[in-house]
Amino acid sequence: MTTETILRVTGLRKQFGPVKALDGVSLEVRAGEIHSLLGENGAGKSTTIKCITGAYKADAGEVLLDGVAISPQSPREAEQLGIGTVYQEVNLLPNLSVVENIALGRMKTGFLGRIDWKHSRVRAKAALDKLGVSIDLDEKLSALPVALQQMVALARALDVDSKVLILDEPTASLDEKEVESLFQVMNRLRESGIGIVFITHFLEQVFRMSDRMTILRNGKYVATREAKGLSREALLQDMLGKAFEEMQGRPGNLNTFSEGLSGKENRLVVNGLGAPGKIKRLDLKLKPGEVVGLAGLLGSGRTECARLVFGIDGATGGSIELDGKAIRQGHPRTSIDEGIMLASEDRKTEGIFPNLTVRENMVVALQTRRGFFKPISKEEGDRIARKYIDAFKIKTSGPEAKISELSGGNQQKVLLARWLAAEPKALILDEPTRGIDIGARAEIEKLIESLSREGLSILMISSEMDEEVRCCHRVLILRDREVIGELSGDDVSESEIVKLIAAHA
Amino acid sequence: MKFSLQRNPLAATIGVLLLLYGFASSYYDGFFSLRIIANLFTDSSFLGVSALGMTVVILSRGIDLSVGSVMGFTTVFVAHLVMVEGLPTPVAWGLALIVGTLFGAFMGWLIVAYDLPAFLVTLAGLFFAKGMGYVVSDVSIGIRDSFYDAILDFSIQIGPGAYLGAGALSFIVFFFVVLYLLKWSRFGRYVYAVGGGEDSARLMGLPVNGVKIGVYAFNGFCSAFAGILMTLYMSSGNPLFGVGLELEVIAAVVVGGTLLSGGVGGATGTLLGVLTLALIQGIMNYDGRFLPAVRPISVGALLLVFILIQRFLVRGKEES
Repeated sequence: MTTETILRVTGLRKQFGPVKALDGVSLEVRAGEIHSLLGENGAGKSTTIKCITGAYKADAGEVLLDGVAISPQSPREAEQLGIGTVYQEVNLLPNLSVVENIALGRMKTGFLGRIDWKHSRVRAKAALDKLGVSIDLDEKLSALPVALQQMVALARALDVDSKVLILDEPTASLDEKEVESLFQVMNRLRESGIGIVFITHFLEQVFRMSDRMTILRNGKYVATREAKGLSREALLQDMLGKAFEEMQGRPGNLNTFSEGLSGKENRLVVNGLGAPGKIKRLDLKLKPGEVVGLAGLLGSGRTECARLVFGIDGATGGSIELDGKAIRQGHPRTSIDEGIMLASEDRKTEGIFPNLTVRENMVVALQTRRGFFKPISKEEGDRIARKYIDAFKIKTSGPEAKISELSGGNQQKVLLARWLAAEPKALILDEPTRGIDIGARAEIEKLIESLSREGLSILMISSEMDEEVRCCHRVLILRDREVIGELSGDDVSESEIVKLIAAHA
Repeated sequence: MKFSLQRNPLAATIGVLLLLYGFASSYYDGFFSLRIIANLFTDSSFLGVSALGMTVVILSRGIDLSVGSVMGFTTVFVAHLVMVEGLPTPVAWGLALIVGTLFGAFMGWLIVAYDLPAFLVTLAGLFFAKGMGYVVSDVSIGIRDSFYDAILDFSIQIGPGAYLGAGALSFIVFFFVVLYLLKWSRFGRYVYAVGGGEDSARLMGLPVNGVKIGVYAFNGFCSAFAGILMTLYMSSGNPLFGVGLELEVIAAVVVGGTLLSGGVGGATGTLLGVLTLALIQGIMNYDGRFLPAVRPISVGALLLVFILIQRFLVRGKEES
């Protein structure tokens, strides 16, 4: 590995109105290294990237590529200079072919502006070869799985002779196998001498892949560290800027709480609920205040369970009872009326109403429950909003702020507040911490615990097993759309969950 | 496998067209002839040229409601320049094309510069162009001109009694130009890119703003050209020409399988769509027993069927 610095960013500043998004960010990437850029949401990672690639214009600071100061005016110019970028959401064109997605914007043309398709194909092929993947060049992008679409995005970034490759959350939408193949490609690129800037929320991946890492906090540069020998705690301290409470392990009070439940009546009883292609059979009992987790790999049927219980999807058999009363299935409205609510995993499209204010977002469920002819006055809504903003420490300028202006973690808190305002008896939380940073995650976990103490029954789904271990009294393990086991008390641990899943593989 | 989504709506259009034509041919004597086919092109020449321009707009995920009014304005503008101002016809045509293109470019610029919805900008354009037509002349101006006579006399015989006149030939030439433009030029591919995802296209470094302005400019040109074809067809200029035609144009494009959501479709589909609408009209002209109500109702039904097919195909894709 060389130690030659290929990208040097110093003193980057960027202000949006009164908000200092970047306040002196520095970053130094060597040729042939994978350099992670870390920080909580709002630390300034994305803004830094956008300033480097020319999507934003930095107010101050310097970007040196190979020792030469550059200031690209657009991502395209940055590409031409040798800085390729792959964004979190695949930013390609689903309606066009693979070759076009790689070559568009760089196509040679001949007589009468005729595109030289052959030239484009050769280049696209070469770029894909560099990654060691073979994809049919004429395939429409939308026909490819997300992982391959990402490869196409990578190929596009590499098509130009990239010296620096920026990967912004490339693994967010990939499953484990796909992540592995992406990592292989990243390793290959590292060996070829490209400097890779890697942004991800997954600390495992950071430690596994990176040579060094730069940590940002609140738009400021904190430190650059060697990955080797760095402890997780030290890194988290850098990121959070405060001593990090041990998140591992299972709080003992979960078990004592469970023991106290034994005498109570069941709150929610799900009996043999099933639907073809969704879930084979779900049996579930929730006592008041009990938190039950659904664990399993992607595609094991966790979300399907949630949707069936809530009634978004109709079940073909089985029954749901709440406090001994049978619930009509397949009608979310009924479920809400009776007190079963679901906070969806897809915050952006099934959760927030981005154009509405925090207050409006919070009261919609309550409004649904009351009925549309009994409007909630602005005063009452304001009261509710303020209550939850205080209780959950939601960072916002007030109830009238647009929810889209909040960070992901705070949006999630607003959504929790939305359902809590409607006074649920049983709440289903599907991936309540997806895409939010560690600090906010810990706060959400704390919220779950206090809700449980107040007697709310919670069915929780999380792809982070450690999170379920920390939060759940019991965990049901799903595999291939079937419940295959249950853990409770001291047995609830990541290793036991994994064992159960693996045992049935 | 590849382009299956694109191909299927096209297959549906071809199916409907063949079915209609087959039915008409078996039902009416003499319908199965080159003469009828040539007439389809002639009668739909201005609709066709305009629909080809509209195809490019819709592919970029835009819409242009001003085309009918721009056509109407062009007819009266050309008629006025030739008959009242006494300008040579080619000069009048050139001016009309320039005005149409600039008008389109201006609307495109408004859409891009102020991030306005194309629907509203071009709706304003519709009213403005219509008004300007009345400014030029609020009565019909008949065109009697030797140049027009010469153009009208020109035609190519493609079969017994089957002639392709200037209008039909223009339509066909336009078809090939747009086909080439969309498949083989950067501009064309960028149009698909912008229609497929404007933000992505921007991040890919494509000149999105330029493409959008270009799309409306091109369509303005097409509208003006269609207007000129209309003066040939009608031998007059009248601001009332083209009223409501924008909706027929959009219908033809949609029946041709181009998705209003942008990025999918093309010139071939639009050609078929235009011919389908023309065929319905042709059958009605041929028979004469049909009430005038039949045509709009059948076009409406056809449109509904096609958007349902497209919806079905898109959903099928999402689920697979």
